[in-house]
Amino acid sequence: MTATSVTTGYVGWVGLVASLALVGMAVAISLWQRLDLERSLVWASVRAIVQLLAVGAVLAVVLSPRVPLAVSWLWVVFMVVFAAETIRRRAPEVPRARPLALASLGLATAVTLLVLFGLGIFPLDARTIVPLAGMVVGNALTSTVVAARRVVAEFSDKRSEVEARLALGLSSRDASRPYVRDALRTAMIPQIEATKAVGLVFLPGAMTGLILAGEKPLQAVLVQAAVMFLILGAVATTSAAMSIGLARQLFTADHRLVRLSRATG
Amino acid sequence: MNPTASAPATGLRARTPADEGVARPVDEHRAEPGGPAEAGPDEPVFSFRDVTLRFDATDVLDRVTCRFGDGCVSVLTGPSGAGKTTLLRLCNRLDVPTTGTVLFRGRDLATLDPLALRRRVGMVFQRPTLFPGTLGDNFAVAAPAGGRAHEDALEAVGLPADWLDRPGDQLSGGEAQRACLARTLLTGPEVLLMDEPTASLDFAATRTLEELTTGLARTGMAVIWVSHDLSQVARIADTSVVLLEGRVATDGEATAYLAGSVRHEGPPGGEAP
Repeated sequence: MTATSVTTGYVGWVGLVASLALVGMAVAISLWQRLDLERSLVWASVRAIVQLLAVGAVLAVVLSPRVPLAVSWLWVVFMVVFAAETIRRRAPEVPRARPLALASLGLATAVTLLVLFGLGIFPLDARTIVPLAGMVVGNALTSTVVAARRVVAEFSDKRSEVEARLALGLSSRDASRPYVRDALRTAMIPQIEATKAVGLVFLPGAMTGLILAGEKPLQAVLVQAAVMFLILGAVATTSAAMSIGLARQLFTADHRLVRLSRATG
Repeated sequence: MNPTASAPATGLRARTPADEGVARPVDEHRAEPGGPAEAGPDEPVFSFRDVTLRFDATDVLDRVTCRFGDGCVSVLTGPSGAGKTTLLRLCNRLDVPTTGTVLFRGRDLATLDPLALRRRVGMVFQRPTLFPGTLGDNFAVAAPAGGRAHEDALEAVGLPADWLDRPGDQLSGGEAQRACLARTLLTGPEVLLMDEPTASLDFAATRTLEELTTGLARTGMAVIWVSHDLSQVARIADTSVVLLEGRVATDGEATAYLAGSVRHEGPPGGEAP
């Protein structure tokens, strides 16, 4: 329909305003079905534009060749801290969520970027550090919340089972293993499913962006595959760190299960 | 009303077959409170000394001092919320006292390895807590070696030895609770903590579990059984401790409490003589 703009990959201000027609469709559906979501839809759209413009302005500075690489790393640290705070808010029932999230996300970001840059998969510069770390943190955030909430739910709902294991003389690590495993699987399976469906069911953002920007499809595919594997590794690392770290918080040093607020025991 | 009351497990007369299913008159429940005896054949398995457990600014247990003997069924009774389960959980360190000391065979529990302690002091919970999988999977958690020991454990609780492949969720409540007892026995405990294990069972299943457990006590195992059902207390108790609002009842309160239920006069009041 708009073949010319796709070949250039350029969206102007007029194009952006035109795309608001799609938000208008969503608002119309909300009004029609009395969902009472119109204000949320408009607010979300305005926020998205403002936030992206602000980030774009900052990125323009960070990515400038004259700015030292340290600024990019600072940006990564900021993303990790902000994501940890988001996790704390999204999982209020999780004890010590912020430090655990900081540690898990920090670990996942460090390990995955070390692999990407250490093996020379991507060149080390501001143009790669910031977006790749963004992919790691953004995707790891969701799975970390799922893992943390699931661990707490498992240990609350199955408190009697966990204590029955402790009562048989199992260490807290052994007693918690089945429940940590379950939480970890729950956190990782959506990403595995997404990886399986990629290309068939949906075209992921990085690849779509590259193709829209005029990159050759094969190159876009290679980048996208590397990014998907990056996300898989990040999700596994951060979920594991969160689940295991959180499970340890739920026991005392002498192998007692601490009382959780949701617990009924 | 004396919160520091020291109430050693009240001695009841020895159980005889004639006692089965018969609520004993409350006067026969009572015996002279025993003096301190921490050595020799009367050495208590557990001694509680001035034990307080505070949770959320509430004293769940308030300066509890009592003892539990070896080779008998000691029943811990009292109204709901009196702290019976909490006291039981202090015996295998699923909880620890805020202040005070719990001694296991004369040694401070706080100085013992909790994992080794829990294999010596087994626990059966209020609801059957079978883990997912078969009975064999369950038993492997307690005794990974398996084989003959697992079949023996089933036989010890009166379940068919070929049930190891049976999924735990296909058992009735009574069968599941017996399987839990079997799983606990696989660690080779010398003490059994029974936390209202028959609360969700029908009378026949209750009697089966009671008979299994009293039988184990006759072979020398120490049993501490939490129950708020005083007809059950009458059936199985060799000794009893009454808890009221987190403290050990005085002798008078205990007599009134036990009398109230045995005579089916409703909940006992605090009208200690």
